[in-house]
Amino acid sequence: MSSNRNIRSWFASGSPWVWLCAGAVAASLVAVFGLLALIAVRGLSFFWPSDLVEVEYRERDGQIVQLVGEIRDREEVPAERLRSAGVAVPEGAQEITRYLFKIGNRDVYGLDFRTLVAHDIVKQDRPANLVVMERREWGDLFGQVSALKEAGQVIAEGEAAWRELTARLTRAEQLYAEIRSIEKGEIGAINHGMERLRLRQRGLELEDALTEAAKAELAAERAELDQRYSGLQQRLGSLYRDIRRDSVVMEVAGGRRVEVDMSKVVRVFQPNAMSVWDKSQHYAAKLWEFVSDEPREANTEGGIFPAIFGTVMMVIIMSIFVTPFGVVAALYLREYAKQGPLTRLIRIAVNNLAGVPSIVYGVFGLGFFVYFLGGNLDQLFYPEALPSPTFGTPGILWSSLTLAILTLPVVIVATEEGLARVPRSVREGSLALGATKAETLWRVVLPMASPALMTGLILAVARAAGEVAPLMLVGVVKLAPSLPLDDNFPYLHLDRKFMHLGFHIFDVGFQSPNVEAARPLVYATALLLVVVIIALNLTAVAIRNRLREKYRTLES
Amino acid sequence: MIAAGARRFQRRLLKDVLARHAVAVGGVGVIIAIVLIFFYLLYVVVPLFSAAEAEAVADYAVPGEAGATLHLALEEQTEIGARFLGDGRVVFFATGDGRSLETATVAVPDGLNISAFGAGTPARGIVAYGLSDGRALVARHVYRVTFPNDVRQITPAIEYPMGVEPLTVDPQGAGLVKVAVRGGEDQATIVAATADGRMVMTRLSKESSFLDDSEVWESNTVTLPAVAREVHFLLLDPEQRSLYVASDDGELSYFDVSDADEPRLVQRLRVVDKDRQLTTLRFLAGGISLLVGDSAGTITQWFPVRDARNNNVLTRVRDFREQRAPINAIAAEFDRKGFLAADARGWVGVYHTTAHRTLLVAPVSQATLTHLAVAPRANALLAQAADGRVHFWRLHNEHPEVSWSSLWGKVWYESYEEPDYVWQSSSASDDFEPKFSLVPISFGTIKAAFYAMLIAAPLAILGAMFTAHFMAPRLRRIVKPSVEVMEALPTVILGFLAGLWLAPFVENYLPGVFSMLLVLPVGIVVAGYAWMNLPGRVRHRVADGWEPALLIPVVLGLGWLSVFMSPLLEEWFFSGDMRQWLSHEMGVGFDQRNALVVGIAMGFAVVPTIFSIAEDAIFGVPKHLTQGSLALGATPWQTLWRVVLLTASPGIFSALMIGFGRAVGETMIVLMATGNTPVMDFSIFQGLRTLSANIAVEMPESEVNSTHYRVLFLAALVLFMFTFLFNTLAEVVRQRLRRKYSSL
Repeated sequence: MSSNRNIRSWFASGSPWVWLCAGAVAASLVAVFGLLALIAVRGLSFFWPSDLVEVEYRERDGQIVQLVGEIRDREEVPAERLRSAGVAVPEGAQEITRYLFKIGNRDVYGLDFRTLVAHDIVKQDRPANLVVMERREWGDLFGQVSALKEAGQVIAEGEAAWRELTARLTRAEQLYAEIRSIEKGEIGAINHGMERLRLRQRGLELEDALTEAAKAELAAERAELDQRYSGLQQRLGSLYRDIRRDSVVMEVAGGRRVEVDMSKVVRVFQPNAMSVWDKSQHYAAKLWEFVSDEPREANTEGGIFPAIFGTVMMVIIMSIFVTPFGVVAALYLREYAKQGPLTRLIRIAVNNLAGVPSIVYGVFGLGFFVYFLGGNLDQLFYPEALPSPTFGTPGILWSSLTLAILTLPVVIVATEEGLARVPRSVREGSLALGATKAETLWRVVLPMASPALMTGLILAVARAAGEVAPLMLVGVVKLAPSLPLDDNFPYLHLDRKFMHLGFHIFDVGFQSPNVEAARPLVYATALLLVVVIIALNLTAVAIRNRLREKYRTLES
Repeated sequence: MIAAGARRFQRRLLKDVLARHAVAVGGVGVIIAIVLIFFYLLYVVVPLFSAAEAEAVADYAVPGEAGATLHLALEEQTEIGARFLGDGRVVFFATGDGRSLETATVAVPDGLNISAFGAGTPARGIVAYGLSDGRALVARHVYRVTFPNDVRQITPAIEYPMGVEPLTVDPQGAGLVKVAVRGGEDQATIVAATADGRMVMTRLSKESSFLDDSEVWESNTVTLPAVAREVHFLLLDPEQRSLYVASDDGELSYFDVSDADEPRLVQRLRVVDKDRQLTTLRFLAGGISLLVGDSAGTITQWFPVRDARNNNVLTRVRDFREQRAPINAIAAEFDRKGFLAADARGWVGVYHTTAHRTLLVAPVSQATLTHLAVAPRANALLAQAADGRVHFWRLHNEHPEVSWSSLWGKVWYESYEEPDYVWQSSSASDDFEPKFSLVPISFGTIKAAFYAMLIAAPLAILGAMFTAHFMAPRLRRIVKPSVEVMEALPTVILGFLAGLWLAPFVENYLPGVFSMLLVLPVGIVVAGYAWMNLPGRVRHRVADGWEPALLIPVVLGLGWLSVFMSPLLEEWFFSGDMRQWLSHEMGVGFDQRNALVVGIAMGFAVVPTIFSIAEDAIFGVPKHLTQGSLALGATPWQTLWRVVLLTASPGIFSALMIGFGRAVGETMIVLMATGNTPVMDFSIFQGLRTLSANIAVEMPESEVNSTHYRVLFLAALVLFMFTFLFNTLAEVVRQRLRRKYSSL
């Protein structure tokens, strides 16, 4: 009885609703930190070499097959759902454990993954000699090293082959790096030079200035490039012969043998035989590869360096645009314009622009910057390249400009706030000492407001780094052949398309042909992006808090 | 010294003035740039709604020799016109001045007369001549474009795609009075009305010969039931399935001829109003719709519609009543659903069927117009008047497909059973009818935003209430940055988690997810009660305002419990598979990427926005109000509910508006977490497509300045205006609130 009254009075006091409110806060916190934890765990665990498992598995037709692979995921599924999907499920079972099993060897099986139902696994084992071979094509290979060949001759078998393999892999890696540097660097430069020559010739043609002398000069330069090219070709040819000398024969589950050219091998390791220390080293190496290497296999493997680089470049160019304009606009609104209904209106408009969907900026950028400005620029300055557009196509410059407009309100608002916080007394002191308004602003007010400006800029950068929708229209691509910055004149290629971390997540997670294989990479990319953005935001918050403290002391 | 000082002072003053002007110019420039966004969007969109323009280029006497004109045509570059004469000659003439360039003569065998003429698909330039011996000759006018010396030269020619030898249509050899032809790669059909009042149909199919690789046309002729006393119009559709036969009194018979051996009369009906004559009958591009012109100047569009019993019924779909005199000729545009009509008063009208738009009605001639041709790109027209003059006009008609009704109203599209809202902007075929209804995608936008708000609003506002009013300051210093971090999370990450992690999770643990919605609130209240009844020793260890920290394990536990119980719930209530149960028992389809997933993910994205603004509003309520209320004996909750919330309600309202605005414009989450299907279904288990995702998906592949491109800009403009309006309203409300607080 009393407990009844207790409950009623407890309800009457409204405490349950307070608890509900507290629950909302708790649920939000759980969601935020849960989400961060989810990304962190999935993103970081990917690089840890997981054990290879050898299982004997009963197929649907009752046959027992041998499989080797990694267990990627496990889930509990209601038996009924499997039954209705036509899977034989033991009577009486309510829940079935199902594994997502990466079998690799896409060239052999055609598929990377399969799902295994727990009760059909007859035997599980983890032999130490199972090898993971990361390849440049066809994804990972799981199996055992059976022989090592040099120029087609078997030189080692079994355990000896494994030892020999690791040694020879170093040699192959060096050769591969040399080939890459020639192909990407020197031949890339020659191609670039050729293209410039072609454009120069076309430009002269358009101006009717293609004289015989000019033609001869062009031909001479072309001949020189051709000669350099054929020299490089020879060098490449011998390198390729060298790198193809060795090959390794692998035996995969089921007994089939696969011969892999050494030039296709990225890395080999025996996860089941590795100690925790080995694994940590492996982990660090993989992590480094992830942030420093280029993507392989339609972005599903390798690193994301071009995406990191593209994001950073884009953000830097954007900052160059957004800072002066944002500061000038804020100075005008706060210091020069007459305060009245008009400035209030402008302020509301600027504030609201921050709420305009980013895709709208993308549409504007595509229409105005790319097609209108870029198209006209091409007509004026790059007629020799037409009809293929130079600036009349999406590129990093337009992306940066679009995002600059998008983040302009952030910078304006933050700077204005900073300007407003500078105490009157400081300005008046400066003016009283005979400084002009411009001097006061430049020497006194702006330095004091600069942390606020920094806050705004950091927030703008954080926003720009995470924004994807407008970039999809104005310059981001899934795979850019070259970085926007390289050692070919004019070094900074503002017309190039670029890769972006956020778009990389979207593209690999949703447009990739092999989503399952790419998924861990997407988590890792997401983690990197989240870490960068949270770091930027927390910096901005910290600066803002310090700023507040500072002015508090000034005001008193 | 003084002079130097003065000079220096002047320089400083000059600098000051310069700086003022520079900043003013820069500042105004930035503000103008911002305004530019709106005007640029508008600038791209406006041409959609402008009317067509036409200008007379030339008029001249009928080119070539005298004689009755059967047919007029224009070539793609609009440099050359073709006039088909009754005696088999074809005069090719320069459209600019009417000078005849070349006269070809169709290979009609000697001794035979041309007794009938019919035009096939205009884009292929096929025409058929019905001969007086029951045979027909199929010809084709083609234009070869060459560039000798970099100058464009167009050479017209006549070809015979089915051979120079006429094809037998009527085995009995009666003269043909009307003929219609349609042909494809390996099948062609010729239908004809004969002089003795019969109707025959010949289907030709290409067969490979057994002996060698040569191909021969096999023909098969049937006689159709006679339906009209006199056949004035004979139309066969490009698929060679439907045949329309009409006489000038408006009686029309609709045959199904897909089976060449057994043509079937589907329907007989009157297609013009009482007391009117049928004056023109033409296909619209694609050959599905019929355009009927009558003696009063009305044009009606008809097409077969599948009825409840799965029969095709020719249905009157739209009327155009802009012209006042009998419609003498109709010319359909080649690859759009637009057409031109010429009337007896000498006027020409330009129309579009899907948009139900009259783009232009203009007087072209003083005399009755008898023939009309439109250029393949619909940028010029050629009209012959009864006074023997030919008029050549240029047309500017870029975007006829769009009108207010086609964007926002129900439109009856070809082959649809009823008017509907459809977004389908492109297709592989040329004569596709683009469906630019913004309704399904706007609906999807609202739907996504609605479900997001359903999740976000309670969470954010309750959370803001607690944070602002009850929370311990130290905890607040953790919670507020956490929420800011939450706001800063890129939506692409939320979208990717929603699509790749949450969507399969929700699918697998559907009952768990729903039970969570019930279990969490109840569980939290129970936990609160349990805490209150703990001995004071334990209770006082935790200061007031730390309840959320206490509840975190509860929320985690309850969440885990719901997920754990999910398969069991599914077993108990939904016979083991809730999706099956939904579709079988409830008739609700289940998409993996559905509105629920979007709602949760986008709700997550919107929570911080609402939370921050609402928290500001609640926190800003003057302290003396709350203290007064508490002093009068109200409990904290009563104070919050009756005093604080009431005062802060405009702020909360504006928080909700801004949150809604953000949900409406969000792109990446909806792009990744829904199937992007533009369906009109409010079900929580179905996907959707929003304005923003639609732009992201279709913009990169839309052709610059095409109608599609401009419609996408319109979608962006709609988004822009919508969010701008919402945000401005919210901002105004907030500013007022601030003033109110400061006056309190």
